[in-house]
This record gives sequence, C-alpha cells and structure tokens, in this order.
Amino acid sequence: MLDLSYTAPKVKTIAGAKHDWELVIGMEVHAQVSSNAKLFSGASTQFGAEPNSNVSFVDAAMPGMLPVINEYCVEQAVRTGLGLKAQINLVSAFDRKNYFYPDLPQGYQISQLYHPIVGEGEVLVEMGEGVARLVRIERIHMEQDAGKSIHDMDPNMSFVDLNRTGVALMEIVSRPDIRGPEEAAAYVTKLRQILRYLGTCDGNMQNGNLRADVNVSICRPGQYEKYQETQDFSHLGTRCEIKNMNSMRFIQQAIEVEAKRQIAILESGGEVMQETRLYDPDKGETRSMRSKEEAHDYRYFPDPDLLPLEIEQGWVDDIAANLPELPDEKKARFIKEFGLSDYDASVLTADLDSAAYFEAVAEGRDGKLAANWVINELFGRLKKEDHDITESPVSPAQLGGIIGLISKGDISGKIAKELFEIVYTEGGDPVEIVETRGMKQVTDTGAIETAVDEIIAANPAQVEKAKVNPKLAGWFVGQVMKATGGKANPAAVNQIVQAKLGL
Amino acid sequence: MSIDQTTAARVAKLARIKVEEDALPALAAEFNTILGFIEQLNEVDVDGVEPMTSVTPQRLKRRADVVTDGNQQAKVLSNAPDAREGFFAVPKVVE
Repeated sequence: MLDLSYTAPKVKTIAGAKHDWELVIGMEVHAQVSSNAKLFSGASTQFGAEPNSNVSFVDAAMPGMLPVINEYCVEQAVRTGLGLKAQINLVSAFDRKNYFYPDLPQGYQISQLYHPIVGEGEVLVEMGEGVARLVRIERIHMEQDAGKSIHDMDPNMSFVDLNRTGVALMEIVSRPDIRGPEEAAAYVTKLRQILRYLGTCDGNMQNGNLRADVNVSICRPGQYEKYQETQDFSHLGTRCEIKNMNSMRFIQQAIEVEAKRQIAILESGGEVMQETRLYDPDKGETRSMRSKEEAHDYRYFPDPDLLPLEIEQGWVDDIAANLPELPDEKKARFIKEFGLSDYDASVLTADLDSAAYFEAVAEGRDGKLAANWVINELFGRLKKEDHDITESPVSPAQLGGIIGLISKGDISGKIAKELFEIVYTEGGDPVEIVETRGMKQVTDTGAIETAVDEIIAANPAQVEKAKVNPKLAGWFVGQVMKATGGKANPAAVNQIVQAKLGL
Repeated sequence: MSIDQTTAARVAKLARIKVEEDALPALAAEFNTILGFIEQLNEVDVDGVEPMTSVTPQRLKRRADVVTDGNQQAKVLSNAPDAREGFFAVPKVVE
C-alpha cells in the first residue's frame, strides 16, 4: 500500500573525555484519552474547570464506591492500537499500583501491568527525506490519571485539585529503539500527530495531555547492535528515567544533559544507578527524585473491583474499518496525487486541519501551485499574526480562486500577491476583485506595444545608453510594468522592449 | 519466604500504618503464618485451570461516555481536615 523505502538515520555519538558513546532511549508517553467522562466515573474531563468540581465520589475514593469502565475510553485505546499497527488483546485486566500521594486519594492507581489491552506495534519516525527510524511499540495500557498539586499558592501548604483524577490515560511504551535527542523529539511529534489524526488524544502538551518519561542509557559503539541481535539488555548500560516532560525542547535538552552526566560517571570509573530523575530546565540539570525511589515498591495486584476486560473481535473489526487515513498514508497520497515534494507533503499533512485546507484548495487545480500558496503565502501570513489555520480569514475557496486566476494567466504572480493581501484583509471574491479593480494581466500585445513606445519616446537618452549597454533593457521593462500598474505580462513586455530597442 | 522485622517495618511504612518497634516481631510472625498458608496453596497443581475471576459468569459492566456526575465541590471537600478556595490543603509536598 505504501512505498516506504527509507534508510535509518545516523546514530548520534557523543565524545567523552576518553571514548565515544552512543545513546539508547526508550519512552513512555502518557496520552490523555479524548472522552467526555472519566475512565471509571461519570465526572467530566473538561480542562480548566473550578477546582474539585469535576469529581465524583469514585474519583474522591469515598468508601464503598465502585469503578465502572467507560466503554468509549476502551474504544479509543483500541483505535490507538490499530493506528500504531499493534496487536489488540481481546482479554486484558486491571491491576492496582499502590503508592501514597496527596493527589491520589485511592492510594493506588488502576492500571494494566500484567495484561495490557494493546500489544506490539510500531511508529515510523521520519528524520528527513528517505530517512526514518522504525520505533517498536512494546505495549499500550489504560490507566487513571492522578490529580494535580499546586505548590505555589501558600508557603506551607500544597493545594490539591482532583479534577484530573481518574481521567483515562494511555501509556504508550516504546522499545529502546530511539538513538538520539532529535529522534526522541521526532518520535513524540509523530506519535502526537497519529493520535490527533485518530482523535484519541488532543496532544495538548501545555495542558499536560501528552507527557513523556524518557529512559536514557549510554553504551560504547557496537553494543547496541549486540542488543538488537539478542534482545539481551545486558549489552546496554544502566538506564535512568527522566519523568514527566511536556515539551519537545525539554525532552531534547534533558537527554543531552543526562547523557553527559552518565558519561562523566562511567569515565571516572563510577557506576550509573538505575533511578528516577527530574529535569530542571532552569539549572539545565537532572536530579534524583528520592521520594519516588522510596515509593517504588508498587505492590501490584489484580484489582478485585474489576473483572477482566473482554472485548469481541467483531467490535475491534468495526473500529478498524472506520479508522481515518493516517499521516503516512495521507502523505504518500499527497505526493502521488498532487505531485508534491516530500517536504511539502510533510508540512501539509502535519495536522488534519492543514491537510483538509490544502485538499480543498488543490481540488481540480494545480496541486504544486496550491501547495506553494498554502505553505508560503498563507502559512507565512498566518504565522505573522500568530494565527492557526482554522482562524484563516481566507477560505480554501477564496485561495482556490486566486490560484485559478494565476493558472488561467489572468493575473501575474506579483498581482496575485496583492490580490491575496486584499482578500486576506478585506475578504471578497477574488474573481470579482480582479474585475472591478482592473487587476487583470494585460496580454494584449497592442496595448503593451503602445506603453513601450511611450516610454521609449519619453526617454531618448536612456535609449542611447541601452544600445551601448543592453542590460539597461531591464529599466525599460520596469518602467512599462510601472506604467501598466504591474498588470502587463512581464515576459511579453521583455520581448517587446528587446525588439523595439533593436537589441 | 520469611519476613524479618525490617521487612515488616517496610511494609508498614509503605501502607502508612504506624507500628511500634515492640510490635514488629509479632507482626513479622503473623506475616509468616499468612505466607506459609499461601505457600501451601501454591503446592496445588493448577496447570491448565483458568483463574476464577467471578463466582458467577459475568461480563465487565460498561458505562456510556456521558457526564453524569460531578459539580459537588462542597460535598467532595466536606470531610477534608483543611480545604481552601476549593482545594484540599495538605502539608507541603514538593520534589
């Protein structure tokens, strides 16, 4: 179906004081499921509500309350699994992960340790044209999110809001197939894109709806290949887990900083301790989360409140049959159907809104020209005003109209830009604007000849100079364009000027 | 498996249950009795026997994705020893 021939990106090596080192990275991405209600209660998932207003007694862990699973959240997890070409487990089960924290009133998180709903899948992470890393997904399991603690409202107290408590999360666990900070960021970007296409997570990192734990270890060149051959982790270094990052930039910085820390330890004869660390972007360092270490004994056991989750193959098939076109497929289709470059197709398929906009513009028109206009003019203009594609004052029909006029030769590229600006700021139908404001390109050679004659007659001195220096013909072309208000066809003007000057 | 006093103290700490030093030996002994019983159960051959997850055959109950609950801030906070501005207020916990 897809032509996905690619080569693996070069592995980044980091020079230590003594040796070169390579990075090995695995990720756990927590993606908040897009749903109306929580995973096990009927409270809303709405972000930004009054504190503790989206809380049911189940979420608050009142005695005697029992969890009842939200079927749509299960469907979303299955959809995500299918989107990552993963195995769907028809039987999965919930376990309790026990730890104490003020924002976890139950004293445990309901999760899926032993029997996750989704098994092995994959994500193709592009790192440029024809270069990509295939990152294997180990599993996806469903679990409850915790609440939110706010530490800066009082000097001695932490404030706890349980609105997020019990919202469904998908934890997407990758294999250690990521080999550098840029790849790590690209992996999260691609995963986010797929989730947004599927509509299973909005990917809003600022609100914490997508966050990543990054497992970083380092090894000497050659060791990773031994691991890949045998899948034996003893060939790799000891890993540290950097928790809870919600920015692509911080993910990259944290990996760089952590790798350097581990290299310094190993090269001075020390040993890396497996532990959970936190990245501090202000100080540019990672530091140990000692409190987490102590709580690391989670004493998992099957949740006695919940029967195993059994789903039917037919239900999974229905979800599979209704999967939307995914980013890789859309990109391949844009390249094939519209003749776009790999780069343009990537830009236009980055999100669904841009892709839909482009398709509406390109429908029945010159695809490459449409891509140029959407990417260079429209995106450029929107970016200047910090607008999203969904806030574009120019509709696809309007932009399509402008492109139609260019293709027909009714307007020049220069006029088209002016027209675009008019449509962007004032609105209106491009065809009508061109008519009423007399912006149509003059291709009538008679009219152009008259204009050229006038310029030549008015500037005898320049004519003499041009005969000695033919480059001056450009000056005449410029004058004619000016005299015609930019509406003359530049190629035609050039030709006529050359002829009249006898060059 | 045998539980010593240190392990008993650790389990108590993880469960946030306060156990006085002099109560630990008895606690450890009780743990060992329980674990001994479980070891005895482990002797039963259950190869090929599906785990029994329910006494009567049942399917996990599902709910529809509809908001049916919430908007009861006062009730949710009513048992909190300290609540301010709609939040639970707890002694500072910061990494």
